[in-house]
Amino acid sequence: MSIKEYRTAAEARGGLLVMKHTPGVAFGDRVLIKDHSGGRRNGQVIRASDDETLILVFEGVEDLDLESTWVRFLDEPVEIALSPELLGRVFNGLGEPKDDRPPILSNIRRPVGGSAINPAARTYPREFIQTGISTIDGLNSLVRGQKLPIFSGSGLPHNRLAAQIVRQAKLKDEDTSFSVVFAAMGVSYADAKFFRDEFASSGVLRNVVMFINLADDPPVERLTLPRTALTAAEYLAYDLDRHVLVVMTDMTYYAEALREVATAKGDVPARKGYPGYLYSDLAEIYERCGRIHQRHGSITMMPVVSMPSDDITHPIPDLTGYITEGQIVLSRELHNQGIYPPVHISPSLSRLMKDGIGKDDTREDHPRVAAQLYALYARALETRNLASIIGADELSERDKRFLRFADAFDQRFVGQGEAEDRSIEATLNLAWELISTFPRDTLTRMSETDLAKYYQGAD
Amino acid sequence: MSTSIRDTQDPGRDAPRAATRDTARQGRIRDINGPIVTIVLPGIRNGEQVRIGELGLFGEVISLRGDEAIVQTYESTEGVRPGEPAVGLGWPLSVELGPGLLGGIFDGVQRPLEKIALQSGDYIRRGLDVPALDRTKVWEFEPNRELEPGARIGPGTVLGTVQETQTIVHRILVPPTLSGELDELAPAGDYDLEATIGRLRDAQGHTHRLKLFHRWPVRKPRPYLRRDDGVAPLITGQRVIDTFFPQLKGGKGAVPGPFGAGKTVVQQQVARWSNADIVIYVGCGERGNELVDVLETFPQLDDPYSGRKLMERTLLVANTSNMPVVAREASVYVGITMAEYYRDMGYDVVMLADSTSRWAEALREVSGRLGQMPVEEGYPAYLASRLAAVYERAGRVETRGAGSGSVTLIGAVSPPGGDFSEPVTSHTKDIIETFWALSKELADARHYPSIDWVTSFSGHVHTAAEWWHQEIDRHWERRRTEALALLARDAELARIVNLVGPEALSSAQRWELEGAALIKEGVLQQSALDEVDTFCSPRKQFALLDLTLFIFRRGAALIELGVPVQELQQLPLLARVRRSKSMFNSDQVDQIEALKDEAGRTFDRMRLEYAQANASTA
Repeated sequence: MSIKEYRTAAEARGGLLVMKHTPGVAFGDRVLIKDHSGGRRNGQVIRASDDETLILVFEGVEDLDLESTWVRFLDEPVEIALSPELLGRVFNGLGEPKDDRPPILSNIRRPVGGSAINPAARTYPREFIQTGISTIDGLNSLVRGQKLPIFSGSGLPHNRLAAQIVRQAKLKDEDTSFSVVFAAMGVSYADAKFFRDEFASSGVLRNVVMFINLADDPPVERLTLPRTALTAAEYLAYDLDRHVLVVMTDMTYYAEALREVATAKGDVPARKGYPGYLYSDLAEIYERCGRIHQRHGSITMMPVVSMPSDDITHPIPDLTGYITEGQIVLSRELHNQGIYPPVHISPSLSRLMKDGIGKDDTREDHPRVAAQLYALYARALETRNLASIIGADELSERDKRFLRFADAFDQRFVGQGEAEDRSIEATLNLAWELISTFPRDTLTRMSETDLAKYYQGAD
Repeated sequence: MSTSIRDTQDPGRDAPRAATRDTARQGRIRDINGPIVTIVLPGIRNGEQVRIGELGLFGEVISLRGDEAIVQTYESTEGVRPGEPAVGLGWPLSVELGPGLLGGIFDGVQRPLEKIALQSGDYIRRGLDVPALDRTKVWEFEPNRELEPGARIGPGTVLGTVQETQTIVHRILVPPTLSGELDELAPAGDYDLEATIGRLRDAQGHTHRLKLFHRWPVRKPRPYLRRDDGVAPLITGQRVIDTFFPQLKGGKGAVPGPFGAGKTVVQQQVARWSNADIVIYVGCGERGNELVDVLETFPQLDDPYSGRKLMERTLLVANTSNMPVVAREASVYVGITMAEYYRDMGYDVVMLADSTSRWAEALREVSGRLGQMPVEEGYPAYLASRLAAVYERAGRVETRGAGSGSVTLIGAVSPPGGDFSEPVTSHTKDIIETFWALSKELADARHYPSIDWVTSFSGHVHTAAEWWHQEIDRHWERRRTEALALLARDAELARIVNLVGPEALSSAQRWELEGAALIKEGVLQQSALDEVDTFCSPRKQFALLDLTLFIFRRGAALIELGVPVQELQQLPLLARVRRSKSMFNSDQVDQIEALKDEAGRTFDRMRLEYAQANASTA
C-alpha cells in the first residue's frame, strides 16, 4: 500500500493521538508525526478501525496541536536495523543513535515486537554460569538461557551487583565472555554513566550495546525500549552465535510507563491501577530469553526490579516472579549492616539450578550443600528472632551455635568484595567450613559420602 | 430420502450450516483492538470460528450486535487492517480426537507444535492451519469382534482398538452425536485417519462414515451415562498428598501458592508419579522453559507402574505466557475435552492446569477490552461461574461403552502477592474438594513440598481411608490423625517458644517439638530431586509415618518416667529416622520396619537402665 499522510488529528492526551478517517491503516504499524514547528516524532498504531486510529506517540504529545499536526503512516511495523556494528554503540528506545554517530545501515531490519518462540523449539537451559558471587553460584545458580531478576529497593546496590555479574560471569572452564545488551529505562544520568564507566573500565565496552532512556526522556519510549533491545539481543544470539547477557534496569519504570498509557486509553485497571494485561505484557519481554535447538547462541536475562517501598507483593515484582525463573532478593537490613552484596537468601531462588549443578557441572556435593545451608540458615534466623525477644544469654548451647552460624554466614558467605571473584570451588569450600561448625549427626541434608569427604568438624 | 454419506467429524453437525462451509460467508474487518477484532458479517453465530484478515488468523465470535460480531483472535493481530476480509467457518472451536494425541505437544487451540516447528521454524508463524492429528500415519485397527453388521450402536460404543502407544490401547468410539445400526465394520488391518472403518445408518436412514477420529466442540462437556462417586485415591507417591491430603480419582483440587513456593514442582511430581492411565499437562500462561523441562525429561523417565516411558501416557498443551492471551483461555477447554475423550475409553485421566490464574486473567483481559463492568480486581462478573463450569467437568463417570472412567482436575492457582483471599483463589476454594495450600514460609526454609498442613484440606479422607485400610494398614487413619494432632500441638508450642524461649517448656513439651520436627523432616519433606525419595509407595509412606510416631510415643513414655529430654534428643537413632526416606527405596520397606524394631529395643534398654538406676538410688 502507498504511504498515507493525514492531518485529521482529533484528540491528543496522555501520549496518545487520535486520528479520524484514516482507512486501511494496519494495527501495530509505525507512524511519523510532524508537529507545528516541523519537529518529528515517532508513533505506533495501537487501535485501528474504520473511523479512527489510535496512535501511541513515543515522544509524548506535549506541545502538539490538532490543526497543524501531520501524520504519515509508514506502512511498516516498528523495526530496528541490525548489523554487527551494533556492538559498542548507544541507542534510544527506537534504535536511533544516541552517541553522535551515524545510524546503523543494514538490510536486515526486524520488527521489535518479535514473535513467540515455539516451546517445542526450545532447549532446556543447563549450563552453569559462574558469577563469582557465593550467594548466587552456591545457592541460586544461574544457567545460560535463564531469566533471573534482581529484586531491589531504592538506595540498594543493585546496579553495582549487576555490573559485578557482567564483569565476572563466565562458564566454568571456559573463557568466552558474554556480549552484553544493556537496556536502561527511566534511570538517572548517574546510573547510566555508572554502567558505561564500568563497561569501559572492565574493557567490555566493545562487546556491549546500550539502549538508554533516561529519567527525563519521554516515558512512552520506555514501552518499546526493552523490545528493541531484545530484538538486538536475538540478532546477536541467533544470527551471530553469541551468548548474550541482557541487563534491564529498571522494569518498575517500564511498568509505570505502561500504566500511564493504559490509564490514558481507559483500560480497566486490575491491581494498583496497573492494567490486567501487565502479566502478559511483561511475559512478552521476559520470555524472549532462552535457548533454541541447534542455535549456538543464547539469551540470559537479568532484569532489575526495584520494589516500591520494598514490597515484594507489589504487582511488578509479584508478576515478574511468576514469569522469571527465580529471583535474587536484596535486603535493606543486610545493606545497613554494611554487607555487600546484600543478598537475602531466604526469598531468593533459582528454578533452573537443579539441572545446572552437581557432579558433571559443578561438584557432586553442591545440591546438598545448598539444601543444608538453606535449612541451617532458616533455623538460624528463627533463633535470631528468638534471641531478640528473650536475649541471647537465655539461649541453649545448641541455639547459640546457630546464632554464631548466622553471623558468620552473613559476614563471610554473603559478604564479599566488589572485586572478589570466587570460584565455585571456593564457594563450596567456604560453605563446608561453615557447615562443619555443627555436629555431624545434625547435618541430615548431607549424604554419608559428602560428610566423609568434606566434613571438617571434630566429631 | 437420500442415503447421503456424511462426515462424522463435523462438530456442528447441523446439516444446512455444514453445507454452507464451502461457500463460506465472508465479511470485513471494522476495528482492531489488540486481540479483539470487530467484524461485519451478518448471520454469523456466537462461538463460531472465524479466519481474520489476509493472514487468516484464527478467532472465535464472542458476541454479536446487529451486523457486527466481536471476535477474539488466538494470534497476534499486528499488521491487520480494517477492511480486510473475515470468513466464518461454520463450526465452533473443536478438537480432533483420535489416536496420535499421546506423546504430543499442542498449542492452546490444539495445533501440533512439533509439526509447526518443522514448518515455520523456531518462532510460531501466524495463520498456520495444521491439523492436530497426523493424516499420513497408519494405525493397526482391531475391530470389536462382538459387533456384527446390524448391531444397534450408539455414542461411546467401542468399534475396535488401536495400540496408540506401548502402554495405551486406544478404543475407537462411536462419536457422541451418532446412533443407529451398524452397516459394516472394517476388518482388522492398517488404516489412516481418513479411512472409513465403518458405516452407521441412523433412524432417518442417513448413512454416516465412521473413522478412527472425530471432532468435538471444546466448550461442550462430552456426554456420559451417569456420574459415580470417586472410590480410589489417586496415588501420587508424595507423602504429604497421599497420606495427609489425599485426592481421589475423579476429584478436583487446587494448588495455590505465591511464586517460588513450588506449584510447578508439585504439579510435575503428580504428572510423573500418579497412578493415572493418562496425564494431560496444560501449561497455561506459564514459563516456556518449564514445559521444555517436561518435554525433555518425560521421554527419559520410566512410569513406575508400567515400566514404560512416561511420555507414552502424557500429552502436553502449551500456551506459554508470551503466546497470545486468547488461546490461553481456550487451552484449558482443549485440555479438558481431550481428558474427557480418554475418560470415555474407560481410563483414569489426570489433567493438570498450570495455572488457572493465568486463564482467569485471559478472561479478564478480554472482558476489559470489551468494556464489560469489572467486579473484583478487574475480573468480570462471570469469573466464578466459568471456573465452576470448568472444574465440574472433572469426575468419575459410567461411560457409554467402556465401563468407568475418570477425570481428575488439579489446577494451580497463582494468587497475586500470595494473598489467598483474592478472587480466583477464593472462588476456586468454593468449588474444589482438595486444597493443597503452598506456603511461602515453608518454601523459604526449603521445606518442600511446601504444602501447609494447617491451611490445606481434603474432603476425601474417609473414602481414601477405606482404600488404605484394605490395601496397606488398618491403622492408617488413626496414624494420620495422630500426626496431624502432633503438628497442631507443635504450632501451639512454637508460639510459646517465640515468646519465652524453649527453656520454659517442660520435657514432655520439648519432646513434642522434637516429634513434630521428626514428622516434618522424615515424612512431610520430600525431595523431588532425590532419586530415592522422589517417589514413595503407599507402603513406604505408612512405614515411615508409623516409625516416626512409634519413636515419639515410646520416647514420650520414657519422659514420663523421668528420662531427660536431652538424652532422647541425642539418640543417633533420630538422625537415621530422618534419613530413612532417602536411604530405603519403596522395595525396602522391611528395612524401615527393621529400624522400628531396633528402635523398640533401644527404648526397652533405656527403660530398663533407667528403672535400674532409679531402683539403686531409691
